[in-house]
Amino acid sequence: MIVTAGWYMTLAAALFVIGALGILVRRNAVVMFMCIELMLNAVNLTFIAAGRELRDLTGQLAVFFVLVVAAAEVVVGLAIIVAVFRNRQTASVDDLHELRG
Amino acid sequence: MTELILFFLFGAFALVGALSVVFAKNAVRSAMGLILTLLSLAVLYVVHLAHFVAAVQVIVYAGAVMTLFLFVIMLIGVDRAEDLTEHLPGQRLFVFILSIVTFGVVLAVFIGGNWSWVTGIPKPGKAPIGTAEEIGAGLFGGWVLPFEATSLLLIVAAVGAIALAYFPARKRERP
Repeated sequence: MIVTAGWYMTLAAALFVIGALGILVRRNAVVMFMCIELMLNAVNLTFIAAGRELRDLTGQLAVFFVLVVAAAEVVVGLAIIVAVFRNRQTASVDDLHELRG
Repeated sequence: MTELILFFLFGAFALVGALSVVFAKNAVRSAMGLILTLLSLAVLYVVHLAHFVAAVQVIVYAGAVMTLFLFVIMLIGVDRAEDLTEHLPGQRLFVFILSIVTFGVVLAVFIGGNWSWVTGIPKPGKAPIGTAEEIGAGLFGGWVLPFEATSLLLIVAAVGAIALAYFPARKRERP
């Protein structure tokens, strides 16, 4: 049995759906952030699988840029979560529905 | 045959890790599940001959980013019980149906097998090997402008994080 690109795409779709489900279900801001990372990684897997399928290195380069953007996003997002926690003593997104200082 | 075994073994690990991210009660267990997923994906990257990306995945993602996550979890406190009551009516049902439909469509495409997964014409020859030389030649060749743009992005992100951490919390008046 040969593992084609479709197998990896299906695995990536499963990971992406699990990540989206986590964002919609969980209330803890840090866990929601981890679910975003999960979705980004699912997309990375599709990039790499497509890159091998097309015999093109561009897929791996695209993963690089996704990694950089994800790292920047994590830094800013976690700083926002910590700042919110210092102000409000909570990390639950349900308590942040006012969006006021 | 080797790839089949690796795919099922580490694909299963990745799925288990992803499910534990979503369903673990403790945020530290969620982080551990995410680390398991990231490491399994790194193995699958090696299967795809993306050696350098796999190394960066382990060092940057499973190492640095997840350490940052664990620091923030410890800072915020792990024993804080999460309020799991749903305030939006029907959201659980909506989420469940949406997940089933989304994954079902992909699975139907996979089982049907009548569609191709990628568009475009494959280059002739074998699959590229993502060594550090190849990735570097690509980054500093045709992709040098996006590469410089990411450096700007990283500086902006670092300045933003410092600014968020630097200014002291204002005393706010409760309405």
